[in-house]
Amino acid sequence: MPRIRVEVDGATYEDDVEPRLLLVHYLRERLGKVGTPVGCDTSNCGACTVLMDGMSVKSCSVLAVQADGRDVTTVEGLGVDGTPHPMQTAFHEEHALQCGYCTPGMIMASLDLLRENPDPSEQEVREGLEGNLCRCTGYQNIVKAVRRAASDMREPAGQEVTP
Amino acid sequence: MTVQEVGSPRRRSEDARLITGRTKWTDNMSPAGTLHVAFLRSPFAHARITGIDTSRAKQSPNVVAVFSGQDLAEEQGSLPCAWVVTEDMKHPEHPSMAVNEVRYVGEPVACVVARDKTAAVDALEEIDVDYEPLSAVVDMEAALAEGADLVHDDLGTNKSYTWVFENGDLDAAMRDAPVVIERRYVQQRLIPTAMEPRSVLCVPEGDEFTLYSATQIPHILRLMLATVTGIPEHRIRVVAPDVGGGFGSKLQVYGEEVLALLLARRLGRPVKWTETRSEGNMTVHHGRDQIQRLTLAAERDGRIRGLKVDLLADMGAYLMLVTPGIPLLGAFMFNGIYKMDALSFTCTGVFTTKVPTDAYRGAGRPEATYAIERLMDELAAELGIDPIEVRRRNWIKHEEFPYETIAGLTYDSGNYEAATDKALELFEYDKLRAEQADRRDRQDPVQLGIGVSTFTEMCGLAPSRVLGSLSYGAGGWEHAAVRVLPSGKVEVVTGSSAHGQGHETAWAQITADRLGVPFEDVKVLHGDTAISHKGMDTYGSRSLAVGGVALFSACEKVVDKARKVAAHMLEASEQDLEFTAGRFSVRGVQQEGKTLQEVALAAFAAHDLPDGIEPSLDSDATFDPENFSFPHGTHLCAMEVDTETGMVKIRKYVAVDDVGKVVNPLIVEGQVHGGLAQGIAQALYEEAVYDAEGNLTTTTMADYLIPSAADLPTFTVDRTETPATTNPLGVKGVGEAGTIASTPAVVNSIVDALRPHGVHDVQMPCTPERVWRALRGETKPGAAQPGAAGGLGSAGGDQ
Amino acid sequence: MIPATFDYVRPASLDDAVRALSDAGEDAKVLAGGQSLMPLLRMRLAIPDALIDLDRLDGLREIRDEGDSIVIGAMATHHQVIRDPLVREHVPLIATTTETVADPAVRHRGTFGGSLAHADPASDLPAVALALDAVLLVRSVRGEREIPASEFFVDWMTSAMEPDELLVGVRVPKLGAGWGVHYEKFHRTAQAWAIVGVACAVHRSGDGIEEARIALTNMGPTPVRASAVETAVRGGSASEDAFRTAAAQAAAGTEPPTDLDGSSEYRTHLATVLTARALSAAAG
Repeated sequence: MPRIRVEVDGATYEDDVEPRLLLVHYLRERLGKVGTPVGCDTSNCGACTVLMDGMSVKSCSVLAVQADGRDVTTVEGLGVDGTPHPMQTAFHEEHALQCGYCTPGMIMASLDLLRENPDPSEQEVREGLEGNLCRCTGYQNIVKAVRRAASDMREPAGQEVTP
Repeated sequence: MTVQEVGSPRRRSEDARLITGRTKWTDNMSPAGTLHVAFLRSPFAHARITGIDTSRAKQSPNVVAVFSGQDLAEEQGSLPCAWVVTEDMKHPEHPSMAVNEVRYVGEPVACVVARDKTAAVDALEEIDVDYEPLSAVVDMEAALAEGADLVHDDLGTNKSYTWVFENGDLDAAMRDAPVVIERRYVQQRLIPTAMEPRSVLCVPEGDEFTLYSATQIPHILRLMLATVTGIPEHRIRVVAPDVGGGFGSKLQVYGEEVLALLLARRLGRPVKWTETRSEGNMTVHHGRDQIQRLTLAAERDGRIRGLKVDLLADMGAYLMLVTPGIPLLGAFMFNGIYKMDALSFTCTGVFTTKVPTDAYRGAGRPEATYAIERLMDELAAELGIDPIEVRRRNWIKHEEFPYETIAGLTYDSGNYEAATDKALELFEYDKLRAEQADRRDRQDPVQLGIGVSTFTEMCGLAPSRVLGSLSYGAGGWEHAAVRVLPSGKVEVVTGSSAHGQGHETAWAQITADRLGVPFEDVKVLHGDTAISHKGMDTYGSRSLAVGGVALFSACEKVVDKARKVAAHMLEASEQDLEFTAGRFSVRGVQQEGKTLQEVALAAFAAHDLPDGIEPSLDSDATFDPENFSFPHGTHLCAMEVDTETGMVKIRKYVAVDDVGKVVNPLIVEGQVHGGLAQGIAQALYEEAVYDAEGNLTTTTMADYLIPSAADLPTFTVDRTETPATTNPLGVKGVGEAGTIASTPAVVNSIVDALRPHGVHDVQMPCTPERVWRALRGETKPGAAQPGAAGGLGSAGGDQ
Repeated sequence: MIPATFDYVRPASLDDAVRALSDAGEDAKVLAGGQSLMPLLRMRLAIPDALIDLDRLDGLREIRDEGDSIVIGAMATHHQVIRDPLVREHVPLIATTTETVADPAVRHRGTFGGSLAHADPASDLPAVALALDAVLLVRSVRGEREIPASEFFVDWMTSAMEPDELLVGVRVPKLGAGWGVHYEKFHRTAQAWAIVGVACAVHRSGDGIEEARIALTNMGPTPVRASAVETAVRGGSASEDAFRTAAAQAAAGTEPPTDLDGSSEYRTHLATVLTARALSAAAG
């Protein structure tokens, strides 16, 4: 079994893994990081989205061995000292979640979107989140939340807000 | 000074754990020693099982046990159907795991229990099953024909039941009617697709069991598990932890839940199973699937005389919890908001070799609303009058409430005029009609259509007496308890079981107002039969209109009791006390008073209680509604239709809903948004497709198209507020309104765009090809032949 | 679902990769971005004995200028291709088409080469490679060879590569000045595959069309060049009428599939409408 070394949410883990182990199952079952859920088996729903080396990936479509040497951020790694990340706050303020199952992936995908485009239009948010499905909200408040977070994250001048 | 909580857009208490990933989904839990289950499922729609060999699987590494349906035949019982709709309803046995015969693709035939999920899945490949294929029964109409292949040989028929409701003289209404419109509409099969897949974990402790499940119905599930397995009810605790959406799909007693309990009992260890999405698409109960034959008779001025409804409803292979009753929930809604002299409703439930149908958001009411709202547009077109006008001529006027409809329901309140006027204004109806005319004149390849839906629905399920009269197996009440802790903090226990609806917030708002305590001081507990011993759970837009009202009553009882204690403490008479902002004071002597917290502490200490008063302020209440509630609204959809390709695009969508009094406008708006998305998805995108051999061809999210943010417009959502008169909160329910209203609005808009081309229907989902074929005058859309390509061969993203 | 077991090889060099592929035999699969392969593995629709993971071959992610053409490394991600200045300047059709592929997270992992090697006629990039007369550079222990796109896609999800051959890069001739490009994608939802797609590059001169290159997505078991339309518009006027007339032949010689998204007949119709639109858009 290959040995991997992965940084997840600021901690370093070393493990022997079966090559077929998916990153999302590694996170959930080996590391106990169950904040990242699984919603499908075809990489359509995006519920399992995490950041790998800063870029969004669907952790159901990456093998754990492929994360060897990488830096993974999950929804559990956001925020500082109990203060939620502005994206998390925006989802709360704009009622951008109901059952909340898609929320971790939606938040991670939204962070990736803002990294690329700090001031997206409504249409750009909609297109940027096309790989993340939600069954509860009709997306309207998610779009509002992402734009609100974009504004909040641009505001604190000189202060970089990164996940 | 306390803020008025009810009516304010409180941000949800639930969110803190959901936005940080600290959520308690069932699949997140794995107590020490947990075993994992994987199911081997039938690849055939219909076959006899002639042999199962599990010996190799049992030898697989890390496998603890393997069972076939036959192995558990003695103990697995039959899955329940709680709604025997007619005395002669055919109701087949339904084992959790098939024993002799399989009747839909995906039906479980064996299971592996192993140390981990991977070992369980690997060992499935070591099980050999011999099948003798039998004929699939896929088409409802063919299934009823003479000599048809049977789903259940022993029943001698594929018909489960025929249920009839009639009121008024339909023959008179139809006789010499100046206008008769006959239509056949098909409600396609839908897969509810809650984002959280089903998951169940059963933890044994001696002869007692705690079953965690992604369910909407912990209370009903507990009773049913006891009934099916014979394990006494008080030895079973059911917990619905955080549940990631349901939309009716988790209003069910699933075989996997029963089996988790049986396996935990057999093996004495925690047992867990979580479905994959493709497994779920095949085996979670589906929704809708009706063929509707409709005849509407009207006068030339547009006034409706009567409506005849003849339904075929696909039950699938078995009757599950409320399978046969779902279409009947629509029986009383086909008349919509309109007055008419006669209504005749007949529904025949048909067995097919597909996964059973059951509740899906709206459950019966979307089907009915679709039919009547499509017919109203057809009537308007037939008569050459505006679709809004034809509705005005027929709807119940606001001064006519309460109004007993032809379906025998009493609509307590409503104001269709107000909702419609508001919607028309927001929509800029006249302007869009002008644009439509212009595009028609110019023969623009992109045509504009306007769809109308003026709907009502019945929610607040349900008055127990009514359920009894419909032969439903239980009541429709709800329970709430309020516990005032010694420190003055408050715990609310509700029998409702939220899975995204925000009860933890809304219930706290109601409580904060009634008790005059801060919102933050209220904790809402739900979804655990050990904490909430009584409940009827969450479905049918019932929670606020029934459970919220129970909570209101429980709060009143707390205040009544506290008043007695406070009067004693203040040495005043109860009548002289007033209770404002959480404080009792003697009328006219504001400075002297006792807060509820002070009273609670005194009631806890019980050192000096008035005679006959028991310690603590805790109270509970059960509310059984006397009537349903009737949200209504007007939805308008403007659709651009590309006549060259058949592609449609929503240009504008306005929803004005009247859900009565609103506890939390933020939550209400969110419910409407989500409902709209699902209703639009039925109209445009979603369909569970079975091929001629009974294979489901839409097993993945690559084939069953759920709309993304990029596929939906921004909705204009507003409200009118006509309080319900049948409950003290004045609330009606909002969970299904958007879904019910939007489907006909969307299809009406497409048909409206194409009317000059002679089109009067497009089959749902209105795919580009179906729209294109309708434009070419093909009334029977040459539906895509399912299963040819597609599938996983081309699923997922590009590499 | 959980993939079946496989041996995993993560070669550190291209030579190692080619050798590993040769050693592994016919039942090995190459893992590029994995965005098509992973779902197939999870559903156990693909059960390879071995996976050769190219993830760490950063050299294969290079995009370089070779004078008349640019060479896109097989492992260049969609994300990278969309933003690459060489691609944007010289073969913008690849950039604009790639923007329509799947979603951002999938584009971070999915690769240009992987998409072509997968040879799925429903995916967008094969038609683009065909329209642009790309040449696919493949390598094995036996050496290197070049396969023109017109010969690369041989059947449904089948390429002309031998089992021991690895796609290492794609050479795409630069489009000079005067070319306009467009990819017309027709699909039911943002995530759904193209029912039909039209990749189109048009060279204008004055009011006329000097040359057009058109290839179709999902109109047969392989991407198809709409040669009849190319011939019909060449030397003609750049007018909508001319485009429509020419596009009427778009489906000539195609064998469009029938599936859940649309019938063969409908695809045949769509090809004509969308080709006319693609021509108009590309001609600007």
